[in-house]
Amino acid sequence: MAKGSIVAGCLAPHPPHLVYADNPEQNEPVSEGGWEQLRWGYERLRESLKDVDYDVIVVLSPHWQTYVGTHFIGVEKCSSKSVDPVFPNLFRFNYDLTIDVELARSIHDQAKSEGMSVKMMENPDFRVDYGTIVSCHMVRPEWDKPIVSISSNRSLSYYSVEVMQEMMMELGRSTAKAIEESGKKCVLLASNSLSHRHFVTETNPPEDMSKEHITSHAMHLWDMRMIELMRSGKSQQIINEMPEFCDQAIAESDGGALTWLLSAMGVPTQPATLHGYGTIIGTGNAIMEWPCRKWGEQ
Amino acid sequence: MSGEIIKSLIVPPHPHPALCPEKNEGWQRIRDAYDEARRQIEESDADLIIIYSTLWPSVIGHQIQADPNPEWVMVDSDFHDLGSIHYSLKIDTDFAHAWNKANISRGLESRTVAYDGFPVDVGSVVALELLNPNNRIPAVICSTNVYSNRAETTVLAKSCMDVIKQQGKKAVAVSVMSLSNRMFTEPIEPHEDRIHSLKDDEWNQKILEFLSEGRLEDIGQLSRTIHDQIRVKKVVAFKPMWWLSAMNDNRNDLTGEVLAYEAIHGAGAAVVVLSPESNGTGDKEYDEDDVDFYGGDRNVLDSSDDETVNKPLNSGPALYDPVEGKNAVNTNKAPKPVGAYPHARREGDLIYLSGVGPRQPGDNSIPGGPIKDKAGNPLNYDIKAQTRAVVDNIARILEEAGSSLDNVIDVTSFLVDMDRDFSGYNEVWAETLGKVGPTRTTLAIRALPTPIAVEMKVIAKV
Repeated sequence: MAKGSIVAGCLAPHPPHLVYADNPEQNEPVSEGGWEQLRWGYERLRESLKDVDYDVIVVLSPHWQTYVGTHFIGVEKCSSKSVDPVFPNLFRFNYDLTIDVELARSIHDQAKSEGMSVKMMENPDFRVDYGTIVSCHMVRPEWDKPIVSISSNRSLSYYSVEVMQEMMMELGRSTAKAIEESGKKCVLLASNSLSHRHFVTETNPPEDMSKEHITSHAMHLWDMRMIELMRSGKSQQIINEMPEFCDQAIAESDGGALTWLLSAMGVPTQPATLHGYGTIIGTGNAIMEWPCRKWGEQ
Repeated sequence: MSGEIIKSLIVPPHPHPALCPEKNEGWQRIRDAYDEARRQIEESDADLIIIYSTLWPSVIGHQIQADPNPEWVMVDSDFHDLGSIHYSLKIDTDFAHAWNKANISRGLESRTVAYDGFPVDVGSVVALELLNPNNRIPAVICSTNVYSNRAETTVLAKSCMDVIKQQGKKAVAVSVMSLSNRMFTEPIEPHEDRIHSLKDDEWNQKILEFLSEGRLEDIGQLSRTIHDQIRVKKVVAFKPMWWLSAMNDNRNDLTGEVLAYEAIHGAGAAVVVLSPESNGTGDKEYDEDDVDFYGGDRNVLDSSDDETVNKPLNSGPALYDPVEGKNAVNTNKAPKPVGAYPHARREGDLIYLSGVGPRQPGDNSIPGGPIKDKAGNPLNYDIKAQTRAVVDNIARILEEAGSSLDNVIDVTSFLVDMDRDFSGYNEVWAETLGKVGPTRTTLAIRALPTPIAVEMKVIAKV
């Protein structure tokens, strides 16, 4: 069996506003559009992946928050309605997706063998979190690829950014090893925003773009710095600066997804492609792609 | 009508006491305590359960559940292996909508939610399943805003109390929360469960000592310290104690009973019942400026064109300290006068009030919004919110005089726009003073000194 591989790693933020603005038939609320810069960014990412051969999407979402280890969905068919508890007016999405339980369990087992606290989620009533659904939908709206859904262990809340990163680095290595042994080609999604300070009011309609902007100049500076580090292949520096980034930009990478992604890709020195940047209710969001499939050709 | 809080509860959010109490003696004791709390509620004349859940975080202000019958299957994010809870809840939607309006009147960002499939949080589901099986009593559920501070949380409680009093509810207020919230980060066997650390246990014991003495406001004042000491920094802090204390008029002399205190996967889980009867010790000792209206600056979005947002007045006539003349009745709970006169004057067994408007004491803001901007351009405003605020101000002045709304005998009302506002004003009147039955005269006038739409002149008995 040929070795499996990560064909692309993506920073794929999950604000439900993007699905709302796209008006897919699975989502009940409808809009007049909005957040086009980001939605067109996702279009560019989809175009970039259009001809790429891959088997499964592996996603880590900060909206499946677990405090007792890292969890993996272990139910093959998940079908229900996802309602965002924060923005229920925007996101009530009927989903019907397939989990690659075999790969999920392989990553689980590998991480466990490395000493991590892990658990398979096998309750058929479990509802998939909206972060996972939004990121996967924006990357692959056809829903024709199975996914692996990984929870966000809140070790930063319990310990520190350093402990969170240590754990996510290990989880990334375990993910990469399990993928390699599986023989599957995978797209990895870190489902998080960058700066994450919200506005606490909502415009009417929510898609009124005349009111959308970053919450503060400081948040803008942090977002641009992180994007530039990604664009220039300085992954290790991102990891080094993560404590300050999480603290000062209230960054959603505190959930570990970005560190996990960088680790799984081997902390790449290759540049990432910026497909789009925009703010959503004040938070900073970038759609980035590391085209790992091309690195062997260089 | 005299609505009130007849009991306040602190209960843990974890699913263990609901799904598998038999696996651990401590979990069973929490379940037994839940059952005892349920029994106490059933024996009371409670007609509403109000849930403030730390497990329902919100960003856009506070959210209030307004689906009359939320139904789904709840599975805990961490403890999914314990099983599922099929819930079907009965929500008091009238109360939910009224609370939402009251929040907005007091300057809060607030909205109701009513959507099929909305994921009611595990804490609310567990609490209502155990305290109110079969939905004997309607409930209302409110989120915890991740950014809210003490003032905002206090005002949230005050607006809730506004509605409890308006509707004459006998309410049970429930904070769904852990004490120390640090759980073990590894799976454990049920028999291994204990409070995560000795330090957490000691703080929990101290909190429960205070609560057993009815010193709820003291816990509210220690909230930030407690959060620093024994709380994992999740998103919502230890603010439910602010809410619960404000729901009890920030009192320190309640009657408290700790029904159980145990560990659930390392976190401090307690069932505590607080009753309004005074235990005779302690008294209210509020450590920060009390606040009736939220005038925070968190509205980062430019919402200056929001038409009914309450704004403090930045211009207008000068304000005076109320005149301390013969038989004067003055209070800092009413807005400052716009001239040299007292809030009221007592003559014999009658009390004559100066004209009372809706302005709020302290920040001078106008619930329902001003009728015009600084440039004199007309603004949309909420006459009902303004009228309610007038009645509230009258009540505060009468209370200072040793009287109450029940003793009002004659009212002269002034409206600046009779055509637009009479109906709304009249509706609030019927809900409030109309039930007391004073004589009333309503006049249309051209203007009032501040940008308000309604003012009342009141005569009452002592």
